[in-house]
Amino acid sequence: MKKIFGKPECMTDKPFHYCPGCGHGIVHRLIGEVVDELGIQDRTIGVPPVGCAVVMYHYFNIDMTEAPHGRTPAVATGIKRVHPDKVVFTYQGDGDLAAIGTGEIIHAANRGERITTIFVNNAVYGMTGGQMAPTTLVGQKTTTTPLGRDARLIGYPIKISEMLAITDGSIYIERVAVNKPANIIKAKKAIKKAFQIQLEDRGFSMVEVLSQCPVNLGLTSQKAAEWIDNTLMKTYPLGVIKDKSGE
Amino acid sequence: MVEKVLMCGNGAVGEGAIQAGCRHYFGYPITPQNELTAYMAERLGELGGVFIQSESELAAINMVFGASASGARAMTSSSSPGISLKQEGISYIAAAELPCVIVNIMRAGPGLGDITPSQADYFQAVKGGGHGDYRLITIGPASVQELYDWTAKAFYLADKYRNPVMILGDGFLGQMMEPLEVKKIEELKLPPKTWALTGAKDRSANIIRTLMLKVGELEEHNKKIQDKYKRIEKELIEYEAVLTDDAEIILVAYGTCARICKESVFLLRKEGIKAGLIRPITLWPYPSAVIRKISNNIKCILTVEMNAGQMVEDVKLAVMGRCPVHFYGRMGGGVPTSKEIVDEIKGLEIK
Repeated sequence: MKKIFGKPECMTDKPFHYCPGCGHGIVHRLIGEVVDELGIQDRTIGVPPVGCAVVMYHYFNIDMTEAPHGRTPAVATGIKRVHPDKVVFTYQGDGDLAAIGTGEIIHAANRGERITTIFVNNAVYGMTGGQMAPTTLVGQKTTTTPLGRDARLIGYPIKISEMLAITDGSIYIERVAVNKPANIIKAKKAIKKAFQIQLEDRGFSMVEVLSQCPVNLGLTSQKAAEWIDNTLMKTYPLGVIKDKSGE
Repeated sequence: MVEKVLMCGNGAVGEGAIQAGCRHYFGYPITPQNELTAYMAERLGELGGVFIQSESELAAINMVFGASASGARAMTSSSSPGISLKQEGISYIAAAELPCVIVNIMRAGPGLGDITPSQADYFQAVKGGGHGDYRLITIGPASVQELYDWTAKAFYLADKYRNPVMILGDGFLGQMMEPLEVKKIEELKLPPKTWALTGAKDRSANIIRTLMLKVGELEEHNKKIQDKYKRIEKELIEYEAVLTDDAEIILVAYGTCARICKESVFLLRKEGIKAGLIRPITLWPYPSAVIRKISNNIKCILTVEMNAGQMVEDVKLAVMGRCPVHFYGRMGGGVPTSKEIVDEIKGLEIK
Protein backbone atom coordinates (compact mmCIF):
# COMPACT_ATOMS: atom_id res chain seq x y z
CA MET A 1 0.00 0.00 0.00
CA LYS A 2 1.32 3.43 -0.87
CA LYS A 3 1.64 5.89 2.00
CA ILE A 4 0.27 9.23 0.88
CA PHE A 5 0.32 11.18 4.14
CA GLY A 6 2.29 11.05 7.38
CA LYS A 7 3.95 13.19 9.95
CA PRO A 8 7.23 14.84 9.04
CA GLU A 9 10.31 12.66 9.62
CA CYS A 10 11.91 15.25 11.89
CA MET A 11 8.97 15.20 14.30
CA THR A 12 8.41 12.82 17.22
CA ASP A 13 5.34 10.74 18.02
CA LYS A 14 4.51 12.78 21.10
CA PRO A 15 0.98 14.21 20.95
CA PHE A 16 0.74 18.01 21.13
CA HIS A 17 -0.27 19.48 24.49
CA TYR A 18 -1.93 22.44 22.81
CA CYS A 19 -5.59 23.34 23.41
CA PRO A 20 -8.26 22.31 20.88
CA GLY A 21 -8.26 24.65 17.90
CA CYS A 22 -4.85 26.17 18.71
CA GLY A 23 -2.68 27.12 15.75
CA HIS A 24 0.68 26.10 17.23
CA GLY A 25 0.32 22.49 16.10
CA ILE A 26 -0.18 23.62 12.50
CA VAL A 27 2.84 25.94 12.62
CA HIS A 28 4.97 23.17 14.15
CA ARG A 29 3.97 20.81 11.38
CA LEU A 30 4.79 23.36 8.70
CA ILE A 31 8.27 23.80 10.18
CA GLY A 32 8.64 20.01 10.28
CA GLU A 33 7.65 19.67 6.63
CA VAL A 34 10.03 22.44 5.57
CA VAL A 35 12.94 20.96 7.55
CA ASP A 36 12.28 17.59 5.89
CA GLU A 37 12.02 19.05 2.41
CA LEU A 38 15.24 21.01 2.82
CA GLY A 39 16.96 17.95 4.33
CA ILE A 40 18.36 19.93 7.26
CA GLN A 41 17.12 18.00 10.32
CA ASP A 42 20.63 17.04 11.41
CA ARG A 43 21.97 20.56 11.22
CA THR A 44 19.06 22.58 12.52
CA ILE A 45 19.03 24.10 16.02
CA GLY A 46 15.87 25.65 17.42
CA VAL A 47 15.19 28.14 20.20
CA PRO A 48 11.60 28.00 21.45
CA PRO A 49 10.14 30.87 23.51
CA VAL A 50 8.79 31.23 26.98
CA GLY A 51 5.08 30.81 26.38
CA CYS A 52 2.80 28.00 25.22
CA ALA A 53 5.40 26.65 22.78
CA VAL A 54 8.19 26.42 25.38
CA VAL A 55 8.22 22.63 25.18
CA MET A 56 8.17 22.43 21.38
CA TYR A 57 11.41 20.42 21.70
CA HIS A 58 9.23 17.46 22.70
CA TYR A 59 7.83 17.37 19.19
CA PHE A 60 11.01 17.45 17.09
CA ASN A 61 14.13 15.33 16.64
CA ILE A 62 16.04 18.59 16.45
CA ASP A 63 18.57 20.07 18.90
CA MET A 64 16.91 22.84 20.88
CA THR A 65 17.43 25.05 23.88
CA GLU A 66 15.09 27.09 25.98
CA ALA A 67 15.83 30.79 26.35
CA PRO A 68 14.79 33.30 28.98
CA HIS A 69 11.62 35.17 28.04
CA GLY A 70 12.27 37.38 25.02
CA ARG A 71 16.02 36.71 24.90
CA THR A 72 15.42 34.09 22.24
CA PRO A 73 17.16 36.00 19.38
CA ALA A 74 20.19 36.68 21.62
CA VAL A 75 20.52 32.98 22.45
CA ALA A 76 20.07 32.14 18.76
CA THR A 77 22.78 34.69 17.92
CA GLY A 78 25.20 32.96 20.28
CA ILE A 79 24.42 29.59 18.68
CA LYS A 80 24.70 30.82 15.10
CA ARG A 81 28.01 32.57 15.75
CA VAL A 82 29.45 29.31 17.09
CA HIS A 83 27.89 27.24 14.28
CA PRO A 84 27.64 29.41 11.16
CA ASP A 85 27.12 26.21 9.13
CA LYS A 86 24.00 25.22 11.07
CA VAL A 87 20.42 26.38 10.50
CA VAL A 88 19.21 28.29 13.56
CA PHE A 89 15.64 29.35 14.10
CA THR A 90 13.67 31.00 16.87
CA TYR A 91 10.01 30.33 17.48
CA GLN A 92 8.43 33.18 19.38
CA GLY A 93 5.02 34.36 20.48
CA ASP A 94 3.76 37.91 20.56
CA GLY A 95 4.74 38.35 24.21
CA ASP A 96 8.20 36.87 23.80
CA LEU A 97 9.02 38.76 20.60
CA ALA A 98 6.93 41.93 20.57
CA ALA A 99 6.88 42.83 24.29
CA ILE A 100 9.67 41.64 26.54
CA GLY A 101 12.04 40.74 23.68
CA THR A 102 11.60 43.86 21.54
CA GLY A 103 15.22 44.92 22.00
CA GLU A 104 16.68 41.54 21.14
CA ILE A 105 14.62 41.02 17.95
CA ILE A 106 15.28 44.51 16.59
CA HIS A 107 19.02 44.20 17.06
CA ALA A 108 19.20 40.62 15.78
CA ALA A 109 17.39 41.78 12.63
CA ASN A 110 19.54 44.88 12.33
CA ARG A 111 22.75 42.87 12.67
CA GLY A 112 21.45 40.72 9.85
CA GLU A 113 21.86 37.63 11.97
CA ARG A 114 21.64 34.58 9.76
CA ILE A 115 18.70 33.21 11.71
CA THR A 116 15.06 32.57 10.87
CA THR A 117 12.32 33.71 13.21
CA ILE A 118 8.84 32.23 13.26
CA PHE A 119 6.70 34.81 15.04
CA VAL A 120 3.33 33.50 16.14
CA ASN A 121 0.89 36.37 16.67
CA ASN A 122 -2.46 35.45 18.20
CA ALA A 123 -3.13 38.81 19.84
CA VAL A 124 -3.33 37.41 23.36
CA TYR A 125 -1.13 35.77 26.02
CA GLY A 126 -1.81 32.06 26.08
CA MET A 127 0.30 30.34 28.72
CA THR A 128 -0.40 32.84 31.49
CA GLY A 129 -4.11 32.79 30.82
CA GLY A 130 -5.40 35.41 28.43
CA GLN A 131 -3.72 38.69 29.28
CA MET A 132 -3.22 41.56 26.84
CA ALA A 133 -0.48 41.08 24.26
CA PRO A 134 1.32 43.99 22.59
CA THR A 135 -0.59 42.89 19.49
CA THR A 136 -4.01 42.86 21.20
CA LEU A 137 -6.42 44.93 19.13
CA VAL A 138 -7.94 48.20 20.30
CA GLY A 139 -11.18 47.32 22.06
CA GLN A 140 -10.25 43.63 22.45
CA LYS A 141 -11.13 42.20 25.85
CA THR A 142 -8.49 40.25 27.78
CA THR A 143 -8.09 39.49 31.49
CA THR A 144 -5.96 42.63 31.88
CA THR A 145 -8.13 44.76 29.58
CA PRO A 146 -11.51 43.69 30.91
CA LEU A 147 -13.25 46.65 29.27
CA GLY A 148 -11.33 46.27 26.04
CA ARG A 149 -7.92 47.67 25.10
CA ASP A 150 -8.08 51.45 25.55
CA ALA A 151 -5.57 52.97 23.14
CA ARG A 152 -5.34 56.16 25.18
CA LEU A 153 -4.20 54.26 28.25
CA ILE A 154 -2.17 51.41 26.80
CA GLY A 155 -1.46 52.30 23.20
CA TYR A 156 -1.96 50.43 19.99
CA PRO A 157 -1.29 46.96 18.60
CA ILE A 158 2.38 46.99 17.69
CA LYS A 159 3.37 46.24 14.11
CA ILE A 160 6.68 44.60 14.70
CA SER A 161 7.09 43.09 11.22
CA GLU A 162 6.78 46.53 9.66
CA MET A 163 9.27 47.86 12.22
CA LEU A 164 11.80 45.13 11.50
CA ALA A 165 11.38 45.67 7.77
CA ILE A 166 13.11 49.06 8.00
CA THR A 167 16.27 47.52 9.43
CA ASP A 168 18.92 47.04 6.75
CA GLY A 169 19.84 43.60 8.10
CA SER A 170 16.44 42.03 7.39
CA ILE A 171 16.06 40.34 4.00
CA TYR A 172 12.64 38.79 4.02
CA ILE A 173 9.58 39.37 6.19
CA GLU A 174 6.11 38.09 5.39
CA ARG A 175 2.87 37.92 7.34
CA VAL A 176 0.80 34.78 6.86
CA ALA A 177 -2.03 33.00 8.69
CA VAL A 178 -2.93 29.43 9.62
CA ASN A 179 -6.68 29.89 10.01
CA LYS A 180 -7.74 28.06 6.82
CA PRO A 181 -6.20 25.66 4.29
CA ALA A 182 -5.48 28.26 1.60
CA ASN A 183 -3.59 30.40 4.09
CA ILE A 184 -1.77 27.39 5.53
CA ILE A 185 -0.39 26.50 2.09
CA LYS A 186 0.90 30.08 1.71
CA ALA A 187 2.31 30.00 5.24
CA LYS A 188 4.36 26.94 4.43
CA LYS A 189 5.79 28.57 1.31
CA ALA A 190 6.81 31.60 3.36
CA ILE A 191 8.45 29.49 6.08
CA LYS A 192 10.37 27.54 3.47
CA LYS A 193 11.56 30.72 1.82
CA ALA A 194 12.65 32.15 5.17
CA PHE A 195 14.80 29.06 5.84
CA GLN A 196 16.21 29.14 2.31
CA ILE A 197 17.33 32.73 2.80
CA GLN A 198 19.31 31.59 5.83
CA LEU A 199 20.79 28.70 3.86
CA GLU A 200 21.92 31.24 1.27
CA ASP A 201 23.57 33.26 4.07
CA ARG A 202 21.63 36.36 3.08
CA GLY A 203 20.58 37.85 6.41
CA PHE A 204 17.68 37.92 8.84
CA SER A 205 14.35 36.39 7.80
CA MET A 206 11.05 36.28 9.64
CA VAL A 207 7.56 34.95 9.08
CA GLU A 208 4.79 36.41 11.21
CA VAL A 209 2.03 33.85 11.54
CA LEU A 210 -1.43 35.01 12.56
CA SER A 211 -2.71 32.15 14.64
CA GLN A 212 -5.83 31.28 16.57
CA CYS A 213 -6.09 30.95 20.35
CA PRO A 214 -9.75 30.00 20.78
CA VAL A 215 -9.55 29.44 24.54
CA ASN A 216 -8.14 32.84 25.40
CA LEU A 217 -10.11 34.68 22.74
CA GLY A 218 -13.26 33.15 24.26
CA LEU A 219 -14.34 31.82 20.88
CA THR A 220 -15.04 28.42 19.39
CA SER A 221 -12.36 27.05 17.10
CA GLN A 222 -14.36 27.98 14.04
CA LYS A 223 -15.18 31.48 15.29
CA ALA A 224 -11.55 32.07 16.23
CA ALA A 225 -10.48 31.15 12.69
CA GLU A 226 -13.11 33.50 11.29
CA TRP A 227 -12.06 36.25 13.71
CA ILE A 228 -8.60 36.23 12.16
CA ASP A 229 -10.09 36.80 8.70
CA ASN A 230 -12.69 39.34 9.72
CA THR A 231 -10.98 41.26 12.50
CA LEU A 232 -7.27 40.57 13.10
CA MET A 233 -6.31 40.98 9.45
CA LYS A 234 -7.73 44.52 9.39
CA THR A 235 -4.84 45.55 11.66
CA TYR A 236 -2.41 42.90 10.46
CA PRO A 237 -2.93 42.45 6.71
CA LEU A 238 -1.30 39.41 5.13
CA GLY A 239 1.43 39.69 2.55
CA VAL A 240 5.10 40.20 1.90
CA ILE A 241 6.32 43.11 4.02
CA LYS A 242 9.89 43.04 2.76
CA ASP A 243 11.71 40.91 0.25
CA LYS A 244 15.24 41.73 -0.78
CA SER A 245 16.00 38.11 -1.66
CA GLY A 246 16.05 38.83 -5.39
CA GLU A 247 18.52 41.70 -5.06
CA MET B 1 61.23 32.27 28.39
CA VAL B 2 57.84 33.55 29.43
CA GLU B 3 56.89 36.85 27.85
CA LYS B 4 56.63 39.69 30.34
CA VAL B 5 54.50 42.72 29.53
CA LEU B 6 53.11 45.74 31.35
CA MET B 7 49.37 45.46 31.30
CA CYS B 8 46.24 46.71 33.05
CA GLY B 9 44.06 44.24 34.93
CA ASN B 10 41.25 44.43 32.38
CA GLY B 11 43.66 43.53 29.60
CA ALA B 12 45.07 40.67 31.67
CA VAL B 13 41.59 39.19 32.03
CA GLY B 14 41.19 39.41 28.25
CA GLU B 15 44.54 37.78 27.50
CA GLY B 16 43.86 35.05 30.07
CA ALA B 17 40.61 34.29 28.27
CA ILE B 18 42.33 34.26 24.86
CA GLN B 19 45.08 31.96 26.11
CA ALA B 20 42.43 29.62 27.54
CA GLY B 21 40.88 29.30 24.10
CA CYS B 22 37.95 31.67 24.50
CA ARG B 23 36.96 32.81 21.00
CA HIS B 24 33.45 34.08 21.79
CA TYR B 25 32.97 37.28 23.72
CA PHE B 26 29.78 39.30 24.12
CA GLY B 27 29.68 42.56 26.04
CA TYR B 28 28.19 45.98 26.53
CA PRO B 29 30.34 48.98 27.47
CA ILE B 30 30.48 50.13 31.08
CA THR B 31 33.23 51.79 33.09
CA PRO B 32 35.58 50.68 34.71
CA GLN B 33 35.86 47.53 32.54
CA ASN B 34 35.90 49.10 29.06
CA GLU B 35 39.53 48.18 28.39
CA LEU B 36 38.50 44.54 28.54
CA THR B 37 35.75 44.90 25.93
CA ALA B 38 38.11 46.81 23.65
CA TYR B 39 40.86 44.24 24.21
CA MET B 40 38.57 41.39 23.22
CA ALA B 41 37.41 43.29 20.13
CA GLU B 42 41.00 43.70 19.01
CA ARG B 43 42.32 40.24 19.89
CA LEU B 44 39.32 38.31 18.61
CA GLY B 45 39.49 40.37 15.42
CA GLU B 46 43.10 39.26 14.97
CA LEU B 47 42.29 35.64 15.73
CA GLY B 48 39.09 35.36 13.70
CA GLY B 49 37.00 34.87 16.82
CA VAL B 50 33.55 36.25 17.55
CA PHE B 51 33.13 39.62 19.23
CA ILE B 52 29.71 41.21 19.52
CA GLN B 53 29.00 44.52 21.20
CA SER B 54 25.47 43.68 22.19
CA GLU B 55 22.49 46.00 22.54
CA SER B 56 22.32 45.40 26.28
CA GLU B 57 23.74 43.32 29.10
CA LEU B 58 20.63 41.15 28.85
CA ALA B 59 21.48 40.31 25.26
CA ALA B 60 25.17 39.80 26.05
CA ILE B 61 24.61 37.19 28.76
CA ASN B 62 22.09 35.38 26.58
CA MET B 63 24.50 35.33 23.65
CA VAL B 64 26.89 33.69 26.11
CA PHE B 65 24.09 31.25 26.93
CA GLY B 66 23.69 30.36 23.25
CA ALA B 67 27.43 30.11 22.57
CA SER B 68 28.03 28.00 25.66
CA ALA B 69 25.07 25.76 24.82
CA SER B 70 26.74 25.27 21.45
CA GLY B 71 29.92 24.00 23.11
CA ALA B 72 32.12 27.09 22.86
CA ARG B 73 34.19 28.74 25.58
CA ALA B 74 32.31 32.03 26.01
CA MET B 75 32.75 35.08 28.19
CA THR B 76 31.04 38.32 29.05
CA SER B 77 32.18 41.13 31.29
CA SER B 78 30.62 44.15 32.92
CA SER B 79 30.60 46.23 36.05
CA SER B 80 28.10 46.29 38.89
CA PRO B 81 24.93 47.84 37.34
CA GLY B 82 25.50 45.75 34.23
CA ILE B 83 26.01 42.60 36.28
CA SER B 84 22.65 43.26 37.95
CA LEU B 85 21.09 43.20 34.49
CA LYS B 86 22.75 39.88 33.71
CA GLN B 87 21.32 38.11 36.76
CA GLU B 88 18.33 36.62 34.94
CA GLY B 89 20.60 35.02 32.36
CA ILE B 90 23.07 33.85 35.01
CA SER B 91 20.29 32.02 36.86
CA TYR B 92 19.28 30.26 33.62
CA ILE B 93 22.90 29.40 32.80
CA ALA B 94 23.44 27.95 36.27
CA ALA B 95 20.17 26.02 36.04
CA ALA B 96 21.05 24.64 32.60
CA GLU B 97 24.55 23.77 33.91
CA LEU B 98 26.29 25.64 31.13
CA PRO B 99 29.94 26.58 31.50
CA CYS B 100 30.94 30.21 30.99
CA VAL B 101 33.00 33.00 32.52
CA ILE B 102 31.46 36.23 33.75
CA VAL B 103 33.70 39.10 34.81
CA ASN B 104 32.53 41.77 37.25
CA ILE B 105 34.92 44.70 37.63
CA MET B 106 32.98 46.15 40.54
CA ARG B 107 32.19 49.84 40.91
CA ALA B 108 30.54 51.66 43.76
CA GLY B 109 26.76 51.52 44.20
CA PRO B 110 23.94 51.30 44.90
CA GLY B 111 22.21 52.58 41.78
CA LEU B 112 24.31 54.19 39.12
CA GLY B 113 26.75 54.98 41.92
CA ASP B 114 30.18 55.92 40.71
CA ILE B 115 32.94 54.43 38.58
CA THR B 116 35.25 54.15 41.60
CA PRO B 117 36.30 50.74 42.97
CA SER B 118 34.11 48.79 45.34
CA GLN B 119 33.46 45.32 46.73
CA ALA B 120 29.76 45.86 47.30
CA ASP B 121 28.63 43.07 44.94
CA TYR B 122 30.01 40.30 47.17
CA PHE B 123 26.57 39.17 48.31
CA GLN B 124 25.26 39.23 44.74
CA ALA B 125 28.16 37.11 43.52
CA VAL B 126 28.45 34.48 46.24
CA LYS B 127 24.89 34.17 47.53
CA GLY B 128 23.15 33.75 44.20
CA GLY B 129 22.24 37.11 42.71
CA GLY B 130 19.44 35.88 40.49
CA HIS B 131 16.40 33.80 41.40
CA GLY B 132 16.48 30.24 42.65
CA ASP B 133 19.03 28.14 44.51
CA TYR B 134 22.30 28.23 42.63
CA ARG B 135 25.95 29.09 43.08
CA LEU B 136 28.62 30.74 40.99
CA ILE B 137 32.19 29.66 41.45
CA THR B 138 33.51 33.08 42.48
CA ILE B 139 37.16 34.06 42.29
CA GLY B 140 38.64 37.16 43.92
CA PRO B 141 42.06 37.81 42.32
CA ALA B 142 44.31 40.46 43.88
CA SER B 143 46.80 41.35 41.13
CA VAL B 144 47.09 41.74 37.39
CA GLN B 145 48.92 38.39 37.26
CA GLU B 146 46.18 36.68 39.23
CA LEU B 147 43.51 38.17 36.98
CA TYR B 148 45.28 36.53 34.05
CA ASP B 149 45.95 33.20 35.78
CA TRP B 150 42.51 32.83 37.26
CA THR B 151 40.58 33.92 34.17
CA ALA B 152 42.40 31.22 32.22
CA LYS B 153 41.74 28.69 34.96
CA ALA B 154 38.10 29.81 35.21
CA PHE B 155 37.36 28.35 31.77
CA TYR B 156 38.71 25.00 32.87
CA LEU B 157 36.71 25.09 36.11
CA ALA B 158 33.57 26.13 34.23
CA ASP B 159 33.94 23.18 31.83
CA LYS B 160 34.93 20.75 34.58
CA TYR B 161 31.93 21.50 36.75
CA ARG B 162 29.55 22.69 33.99
CA ASN B 163 28.98 25.83 36.02
CA PRO B 164 29.33 29.57 35.46
CA VAL B 165 32.44 31.09 37.04
CA MET B 166 32.62 34.73 38.11
CA ILE B 167 35.85 36.70 38.24
CA LEU B 168 35.15 39.31 40.90
CA GLY B 169 37.55 42.21 40.52
CA ASP B 170 37.12 45.91 41.15
CA GLY B 171 37.84 49.19 39.36
CA PHE B 172 41.22 49.38 41.06
CA LEU B 173 42.37 45.96 39.86
CA GLY B 174 40.91 46.48 36.42
CA GLN B 175 42.61 49.80 35.80
CA MET B 176 46.00 49.42 37.44
CA MET B 177 49.05 48.34 35.46
CA GLU B 178 51.52 45.73 36.63
CA PRO B 179 54.04 43.42 35.01
CA LEU B 180 52.37 40.32 33.66
CA GLU B 181 53.90 37.01 32.70
CA VAL B 182 51.86 35.70 29.79
CA LYS B 183 52.25 32.08 30.78
CA LYS B 184 51.26 29.34 28.41
CA ILE B 185 48.05 27.75 29.58
CA GLU B 186 48.26 24.01 29.92
CA GLU B 187 45.35 22.16 28.30
CA LEU B 188 43.92 19.88 30.95
CA LYS B 189 41.83 16.91 29.99
CA LEU B 190 38.09 17.39 30.06
CA PRO B 191 35.22 15.15 29.00
CA PRO B 192 33.76 15.91 25.54
CA LYS B 193 30.70 18.17 25.50
CA THR B 194 28.29 15.50 24.29
CA TRP B 195 25.40 17.59 25.60
CA ALA B 196 26.10 20.58 23.33
CA LEU B 197 23.89 21.76 20.50
CA THR B 198 25.58 20.74 17.26
CA GLY B 199 22.68 19.37 15.24
CA ALA B 200 21.10 15.97 15.88
CA LYS B 201 23.31 14.04 13.45
CA ASP B 202 23.59 10.30 14.12
CA ARG B 203 22.24 10.78 17.63
CA SER B 204 18.99 11.76 19.33
CA ALA B 205 18.31 15.46 19.82
CA ASN B 206 20.12 17.36 22.56
CA ILE B 207 17.77 19.53 24.57
CA ILE B 208 18.88 22.24 26.98
CA ARG B 209 16.14 23.25 29.31
CA THR B 210 15.45 24.62 32.76
CA LEU B 211 11.68 24.20 32.80
CA MET B 212 10.81 21.05 34.72
CA LEU B 213 7.14 20.51 35.22
CA LYS B 214 6.89 16.82 36.06
CA VAL B 215 6.16 16.22 39.74
CA GLY B 216 9.44 15.85 41.61
CA GLU B 217 11.63 16.47 38.55
CA LEU B 218 12.70 19.96 39.55
CA GLU B 219 13.46 18.89 43.10
CA GLU B 220 15.65 16.09 41.72
CA HIS B 221 17.43 18.60 39.48
CA ASN B 222 18.00 20.89 42.46
CA LYS B 223 19.43 17.99 44.46
CA LYS B 224 21.74 17.15 41.58
CA ILE B 225 23.16 20.66 41.34
CA GLN B 226 23.43 20.96 45.13
CA ASP B 227 25.45 17.72 45.16
CA LYS B 228 27.71 19.29 42.56
CA TYR B 229 28.13 22.38 44.76
CA LYS B 230 29.12 20.13 47.68
CA ARG B 231 31.73 18.50 45.45
CA ILE B 232 33.07 21.92 44.44
CA GLU B 233 33.26 22.95 48.10
CA LYS B 234 35.38 19.86 48.77
CA GLU B 235 37.68 20.24 45.78
CA LEU B 236 38.21 23.89 45.05
CA ILE B 237 38.95 26.07 48.08
CA GLU B 238 41.94 28.39 47.59
CA TYR B 239 43.31 31.04 49.93
CA GLU B 240 46.54 32.73 50.91
CA ALA B 241 47.77 32.82 54.51
CA VAL B 242 50.30 35.49 55.51
CA LEU B 243 52.14 35.24 58.86
CA THR B 244 49.31 33.32 60.45
CA ASP B 245 51.36 30.73 62.42
CA ASP B 246 51.99 32.85 65.50
CA ALA B 247 49.35 35.51 64.84
CA GLU B 248 47.09 36.81 67.61
CA ILE B 249 45.05 39.07 65.37
CA ILE B 250 43.91 37.94 61.93
CA LEU B 251 42.85 40.22 59.14
CA VAL B 252 40.49 38.70 56.58
CA ALA B 253 40.21 40.46 53.24
CA TYR B 254 40.14 39.65 49.52
CA GLY B 255 41.13 41.40 46.29
CA THR B 256 42.30 45.00 46.57
CA CYS B 257 41.60 45.12 50.31
CA ALA B 258 43.80 42.09 50.88
CA ARG B 259 46.76 43.82 49.25
CA ILE B 260 46.30 46.80 51.53
CA CYS B 261 45.85 44.53 54.55
CA LYS B 262 49.08 42.71 53.72
CA GLU B 263 50.94 45.98 54.15
CA SER B 264 49.04 46.64 57.39
CA VAL B 265 50.22 43.26 58.71
CA PHE B 266 53.86 44.20 58.06
CA LEU B 267 53.35 47.63 59.69
CA LEU B 268 51.75 46.01 62.75
CA ARG B 269 54.52 43.43 63.02
CA LYS B 270 57.08 46.28 63.05
CA GLU B 271 55.28 47.61 66.11
CA GLY B 272 55.36 44.21 67.79
CA ILE B 273 51.69 43.40 67.17
CA LYS B 274 51.34 39.81 66.00
CA ALA B 275 49.03 40.25 63.04
CA GLY B 276 48.39 37.87 60.14
CA LEU B 277 46.19 37.76 57.05
CA ILE B 278 43.85 35.22 55.53
CA ARG B 279 43.06 36.12 51.94
CA PRO B 280 40.25 34.05 50.43
CA ILE B 281 40.91 33.57 46.71
CA THR B 282 37.84 31.45 46.09
CA LEU B 283 34.98 33.53 47.52
CA TRP B 284 32.61 30.71 46.75
CA PRO B 285 33.42 28.08 47.81
CA TYR B 286 34.57 29.99 50.88
CA PRO B 287 37.57 28.90 53.00
CA SER B 288 35.39 28.63 56.11
CA ALA B 289 37.25 25.65 57.58
CA VAL B 290 40.57 27.52 57.57
CA ILE B 291 39.08 30.53 59.28
CA ARG B 292 37.24 28.31 61.77
CA LYS B 293 40.41 26.45 62.65
CA ILE B 294 42.48 29.57 63.18
CA SER B 295 39.77 31.27 65.23
CA ASN B 296 40.45 28.83 68.11
CA ASN B 297 43.94 30.21 68.70
CA ILE B 298 43.64 33.98 68.23
CA LYS B 299 42.36 37.03 70.09
CA CYS B 300 40.17 38.45 67.31
CA ILE B 301 39.53 38.89 63.60
CA LEU B 302 39.17 42.13 61.67
CA THR B 303 37.46 41.82 58.29
CA VAL B 304 38.22 44.65 55.88
CA GLU B 305 36.09 45.31 52.83
CA MET B 306 35.16 48.11 50.45
CA ASN B 307 31.49 47.84 51.37
CA ALA B 308 29.19 48.11 54.39
CA GLY B 309 30.03 44.61 55.66
CA GLN B 310 29.26 41.65 53.43
CA MET B 311 31.99 39.00 53.53
CA VAL B 312 32.18 39.58 57.30
CA GLU B 313 28.95 37.58 57.55
CA ASP B 314 30.72 34.55 56.06
CA VAL B 315 33.60 35.09 58.46
CA LYS B 316 31.17 35.13 61.40
CA LEU B 317 29.47 31.99 60.09
CA ALA B 318 32.87 30.30 59.96
CA VAL B 319 33.97 31.48 63.40
CA MET B 320 30.65 30.68 65.14
CA GLY B 321 31.53 32.83 68.15
CA ARG B 322 34.93 31.27 68.83
CA CYS B 323 36.52 34.73 68.81
CA PRO B 324 35.31 38.30 68.29
CA VAL B 325 34.91 39.32 64.63
CA HIS B 326 35.25 43.04 63.90
CA PHE B 327 34.65 44.89 60.67
CA TYR B 328 36.21 47.87 59.00
CA GLY B 329 34.78 49.06 55.71
CA ARG B 330 34.81 51.95 53.31
CA MET B 331 31.86 52.53 50.98
CA GLY B 332 30.92 54.45 47.88
CA GLY B 333 34.33 54.19 46.23
CA GLY B 334 36.38 54.78 49.38
CA VAL B 335 39.56 52.70 49.55
CA PRO B 336 41.12 52.10 52.97
CA THR B 337 44.79 52.88 53.54
CA SER B 338 47.11 50.51 55.35
CA LYS B 339 47.47 53.07 58.14
CA GLU B 340 43.71 53.34 58.60
CA ILE B 341 43.62 49.59 59.14
CA VAL B 342 46.56 49.71 61.59
CA ASP B 343 44.75 52.44 63.56
CA GLU B 344 41.54 50.41 63.51
CA ILE B 345 43.37 47.41 65.01
CA LYS B 346 45.03 49.58 67.66
CA GLY B 347 41.65 51.01 68.58
CA LEU B 348 40.09 47.58 69.15
CA GLU B 349 39.46 46.48 72.70
CA ILE B 350 41.43 43.26 72.62
CA LYS B 351 41.23 40.92 75.60
